[in-house]
Amino acid sequence: MNYYVMKNNQRINLLDIPTIEFNTLRAQLAATNLRPVSFFGSDWGQNVKLFVVLADDEKGELLVVSSLIDKNVKEYESITKDNHQYHMFEREFYEQFNIKPLGHPWLKPVRKNQDDYEFFEMEGEETHQVAVGPIHAGVIEPGHFRFMCQGEKVYNLEIMLGYQHRGVEDLMVKKPSNQLAESICGDSVIAYNMAYSQVMEELSGMEITNKAKLIRRVALEMERTAIHIGDLGAILGDIAYQMGKEVFGVTRTLVINTMLEISGSRFGRGLITVGGVNFDIDKDLSKKIVDVLNNVKNTVEKMTRATLKSSTVMSRLEKTGVVSNEIANELNLVGMIGRSCGINLDSRFDFCDEFYKDFERKSFNATNDAYSRFRIRYKEIIESISFVKKLLKKLEGYEKEDLCVPVKNFIPNSFALSVVESWRGELVHVATTDGEGKLSRYKIKDPSFNNWYGLSMAVRNNGISDFPLCNKGFDLSYCGFDL
Amino acid sequence: MFDTLKMKLHQKKQYIPDIKNAPMRTQFRGLPVLNNSVCDKCGACQGVCPTGALNINPLSIDLSKCTLCGACKNICKNSAINFSSYYKLGADKKEKLIVTEEITEEIYHKRAIEVRKEIYSIFNRSIKFRQVSAGGCNGCEMELNAAGNANFDMGRFGIDFVASPRHADGIVITGPISKNMAYALEDCYKSLPEPRIVILCGACALSGGVFQEASEINREFLDKYKVDLYIPGCPVHPLTFINAVLDFIRKK
Repeated sequence: MNYYVMKNNQRINLLDIPTIEFNTLRAQLAATNLRPVSFFGSDWGQNVKLFVVLADDEKGELLVVSSLIDKNVKEYESITKDNHQYHMFEREFYEQFNIKPLGHPWLKPVRKNQDDYEFFEMEGEETHQVAVGPIHAGVIEPGHFRFMCQGEKVYNLEIMLGYQHRGVEDLMVKKPSNQLAESICGDSVIAYNMAYSQVMEELSGMEITNKAKLIRRVALEMERTAIHIGDLGAILGDIAYQMGKEVFGVTRTLVINTMLEISGSRFGRGLITVGGVNFDIDKDLSKKIVDVLNNVKNTVEKMTRATLKSSTVMSRLEKTGVVSNEIANELNLVGMIGRSCGINLDSRFDFCDEFYKDFERKSFNATNDAYSRFRIRYKEIIESISFVKKLLKKLEGYEKEDLCVPVKNFIPNSFALSVVESWRGELVHVATTDGEGKLSRYKIKDPSFNNWYGLSMAVRNNGISDFPLCNKGFDLSYCGFDL
Repeated sequence: MFDTLKMKLHQKKQYIPDIKNAPMRTQFRGLPVLNNSVCDKCGACQGVCPTGALNINPLSIDLSKCTLCGACKNICKNSAINFSSYYKLGADKKEKLIVTEEITEEIYHKRAIEVRKEIYSIFNRSIKFRQVSAGGCNGCEMELNAAGNANFDMGRFGIDFVASPRHADGIVITGPISKNMAYALEDCYKSLPEPRIVILCGACALSGGVFQEASEINREFLDKYKVDLYIPGCPVHPLTFINAVLDFIRKK
């Protein structure tokens, strides 16, 4: 097997990546059971260079390989035929480079505007379609859903996205900035900015201080805590358990207001910059964060206990929107949703760094349903709060270090990759530079890119009235997917 | 059930009683405070500004572009740029969003939003909005949702987001308006009953923000239709949003 083996947050020379013949690559990908984390094309003169990054989660390694495809060749034999995990990647590649994967089972546009599109259709008595969107009833992002129903029961959900497409990847090459990285997906500000900054630092060979690394990780865990608490409230809002909705809602406010005290923004905007962080967490602030989080933990525990005692809540959550472990594996669901379906992936621990390696990775008893998605959030809130406390304790030892190191120029012909566990799951940023040391390609893969199809599977054979509950349980990103 | 009721006792009162004078944490980056006399026109701030919101001669910040990221403050050697925690940033004209040295909190607030008689007479007790996210990053959307939670509770002022444009008095737009959303946005606008109030929320909606140069943006909608209220921020703080709408529909 011909790969270049690298670690997370590492820069490698672009020319070291083996370039193999496409059919060899295809056979190589078919023969392995490692999952793809990135799959993208890049303009290469007369050719398109296809990069594939696989993850070996057990060893904590990333395997990179590439292949050249002539631009005049308009088609190739699809990889998805052998391994369904590539289905979205190949659709995206087709849309961006117009090279058709032959035999792809469901080759549709990913982000292109589609007035007329294909969908699974069903005929018979009492069958009907429900079309929703792109503008939804709530204050959320746009997307289009088409339900194929018989009576109340959903047989298929066709998800159409792309309404949020702003051309982020091109803009990242043209005019990269921390502020742009933060605005790609505004609910994962810290994760996106952290991944972007790490890629930029690797590309230019910068080594940031431990203090900055710790503050970034504190913020990342606080973001996870805040959003998960908000989601618990939103899930309960969708099943009309008003007390839970409001209590979790105001508890989230406590966490994000603490974030405001650190960085001046409720979502942590402006905190992370290439080279380090902009704001310090001193002893007083550190103590305050711990106090707030203790209080938050107490409220979350109490409210969750009260919620799960309620039989009306349990009857809605249990056995709703089940995604079996087999399907989850086949679709390569990642992150929190993957874990709620029994896939034990967590890039914080799989690609472990010096800070997370001391933390205990607790197992989770997945039940694959909406109840599982509720419990995984609760578990991760409690865990994240304890991580923040431990990280803050470690931070005391690095008080004298600088927040920021000077920015350097990019090293030519580099390939850098960063995987960050955002609250949704594995977020992958990849960047390459050309021979003159300029950015030549920037690729982002949001965890939602893997997980949207999982939602489609979750609502099958459920009542259409359970869709909001399933949707909120997944809580996927539209803009992270659309870019 | 008793556990649920106990939670109510445990939570006590959570709402902010006086929303117009609600205290804001000092770390919040709100209205810029500029000092032109110490500015040596080095242009470093313009170099780091991601949206081109700064002008150095004389020193001014255009809040329609500013993401309040604070990068200019961090790079300025002479501390010519600062941000106060003043959060009532909404304005009814784009020109009013340009902050210069002379603009203090009082001056800004006094001139920012003029009460229009017809708006006041019809909407002073209640106004309903349809929200359309047209390429918004979910930051402003989350903050608009938060404006309705138990802390900020804008519902008590009769301000609400409704599920259909047919039930709404106005439209709140977030995001830089992507090409793929341009049609749906206009369709939604046309479904509103007259007088069709338009509110832009967040730096992206106001000017394109960090996405000004993005290839898949289509902002023709704003050339065609009149905007009633501009609310800057990245994202817009719930207090900024509620206060701007209150100033818009009620007398000060």
